Amino acid sequence: MPPMSGKTLYDKIWDAHVVAQQDGEAILYIDLHLIHEVTTPQAFAGLRAAGRPVRRPDRTLAVADHNVPTEGQALGVGAVADEEARLQLQTLERNVRDNGIEFFPMGDIRNGIVHVVGPEQGRTQPGMTIVCGDSHTSTHGAFGALAQGIGTSEVEHVLATQTLRQKKSKNLRVTVNGTPGPGVGAKDFALAIVGAIGTAGGTGSVIEYAGEAIRGLSMEGRMTLCNLAIEAGARAGLVAPDQTTYDYMMGRPASPKGAAWEMALAHWKTFFSDDDAVFDREVVLDAADIAPTVTWGTSPEDVVAVTGNVPSPESFATPDKKISAERALDYMGLTAGQPITEARVDVVFIGSCTNSRIEDLRSAAAVAQHAFLNGRLVAPHVRAMVVPGSGLVKEQAEEEGLDAIFKAAGFDWREPGCSMCLGMNPDRLAPGERCASTSNRNFEGRQGRGGRTHLMSPAMAAAAAIAGHIVDVREMMA
Amino acid sequence: MKAFTKLDARMAPLTMANIDTDQIIPKQFLKTVEREGLGKGLFYDFRFDEQGVEKTEFVLNRPEYKGVGVLVAGDNFGCGSSREHAPWALLDFGISCVISTSFADIFYNNCFQNGLLPVVLKPEEVQALMEEAKGGNHVVTVDLEAQTVVSPSGAAFSFQIDPQRKAKMLQGLDAIGETLTAAMDIDVYESKRALSEPWLERA
Repeated sequence: MPPMSGKTLYDKIWDAHVVAQQDGEAILYIDLHLIHEVTTPQAFAGLRAAGRPVRRPDRTLAVADHNVPTEGQALGVGAVADEEARLQLQTLERNVRDNGIEFFPMGDIRNGIVHVVGPEQGRTQPGMTIVCGDSHTSTHGAFGALAQGIGTSEVEHVLATQTLRQKKSKNLRVTVNGTPGPGVGAKDFALAIVGAIGTAGGTGSVIEYAGEAIRGLSMEGRMTLCNLAIEAGARAGLVAPDQTTYDYMMGRPASPKGAAWEMALAHWKTFFSDDDAVFDREVVLDAADIAPTVTWGTSPEDVVAVTGNVPSPESFATPDKKISAERALDYMGLTAGQPITEARVDVVFIGSCTNSRIEDLRSAAAVAQHAFLNGRLVAPHVRAMVVPGSGLVKEQAEEEGLDAIFKAAGFDWREPGCSMCLGMNPDRLAPGERCASTSNRNFEGRQGRGGRTHLMSPAMAAAAAIAGHIVDVREMMA
Repeated sequence: MKAFTKLDARMAPLTMANIDTDQIIPKQFLKTVEREGLGKGLFYDFRFDEQGVEKTEFVLNRPEYKGVGVLVAGDNFGCGSSREHAPWALLDFGISCVISTSFADIFYNNCFQNGLLPVVLKPEEVQALMEEAKGGNHVVTVDLEAQTVVSPSGAAFSFQIDPQRKAKMLQGLDAIGETLTAAMDIDVYESKRALSEPWLERA
């Protein structure tokens, strides 16, 4: 027998949740199931048709986020103008009521984007398995939880059985060594990683992020990083829990208290990759090599340092990639070789499950404040909006005076939701509009038909709003 | 779930790589509470212009590709959002098999929940099918039992597929029913966890 090697963090979480093996697939227990209005109506309909109950309503938490307007939420769902969105929101309300599932309705201060709410409430905990009918569920991996996006049939499966049928993925470790330069943070790491391994680079794998630069990130930063694991094609992203994690979790509504906290802490501390664990693949980057990063094209792998130029299609290795790059340049209205900072923006969106937490808003507000104190406002031709991730984030930001800074500098301060990340609600781009966005996908039409998206960090997006074009935030803050 | 056994159908080539689920079914069609009827939104921005007029040059709008049942697509098909509306839309449109060199994980999983067969072939095989799909007579045979794709000209390519997934697809089996046969195991597991991690039990 070969010598036993250690286990990875993913191996440990997986092993702790296998209920049984059936037909070569594991039946994996799910500790927390987050649900929202868009990917659940057909799942509940399926349960009703089969006469199956929800097995663990207590392990399920519902929010309304994808469709909700970012103004007038206090008026309630009945006042949502879009008839189809209203029906979908009302369907969720009926389904959670009929099944006894905890729900934060639109307008409730605890409501917000599902991947902001779970951690904020302390429902997301290390060592857990978490699913949601949303690909950005990978976000919760920041806590050392195995968190995966699933389809609606699987949502129905989890509602009925509290398990998921699955084969194990491979282990991929991405290590970021060193210390980042000023103006460089988690979003830049995440984009640089997607750029380095490609949007299919993580397919079939769970990525564990490790290294000094990752350890140095706050929980908000780790969530941004894991959020974009799916854009690298991975099933999930993971960061092993540490003191930063425990400090964040202490005192949250659903976090264990007293003796239970100590017991939970001891359990959480067992979730790390052993020194002799073997990964199927390793990728190593140095934080010092990463500049503030933006996307130029229509795939999250189309990244360029803000100091760089739009690439030429000829620079790509395969005919497929050349064609895709040509199409992307045409769609984006850019010319090969031009500095990316020449891209003039019409819209700035600061929000989404990637970057709408308090730290994100603070970093954007710092740029807005610096500009304001130097007599600069949002450029006259730019429509800039800030959409906090939850009612609680909004409240905290207002307590810190961030809303006042944004408003004074000319940003629109909105109510929480997914908003312009995917444009299911009224916030979207018009054809040809160019947007500096803190969201996660620059796909064609994602933020509105014909809309042109450049992904970047909150500080970079705020700087673009002031300058009126993509700009190096380090220069603006100098 | 509808079973998939063997399909003789015409195929259409979609050469682009990284076709994401936002392109397969744009967001405005996700507001439905039904599974049916999504075919109208399939590849909407490719098929229709801003006024809703059909774009005649798009492959699925061309007369020779009306009524296709198989799509041959570029690398990493189905990346992006987890929306199961993507396979629902393809099926509703009449496409029950997609052939590519690779698929994104969540989309790939979602296909098997719905009787849509995703077939992975080698790059040169996909390229060969793309070429043949450009011709006039392009009926392809996809045989799940035999794990083969036979091109219009008779070239046969075999593909790999997980045996359990294959068996369920052939019979159109419901995964929930199967898992519930292990309900006792789930009960036992839950009882143990309630003791080892009591803080997770909510009153």
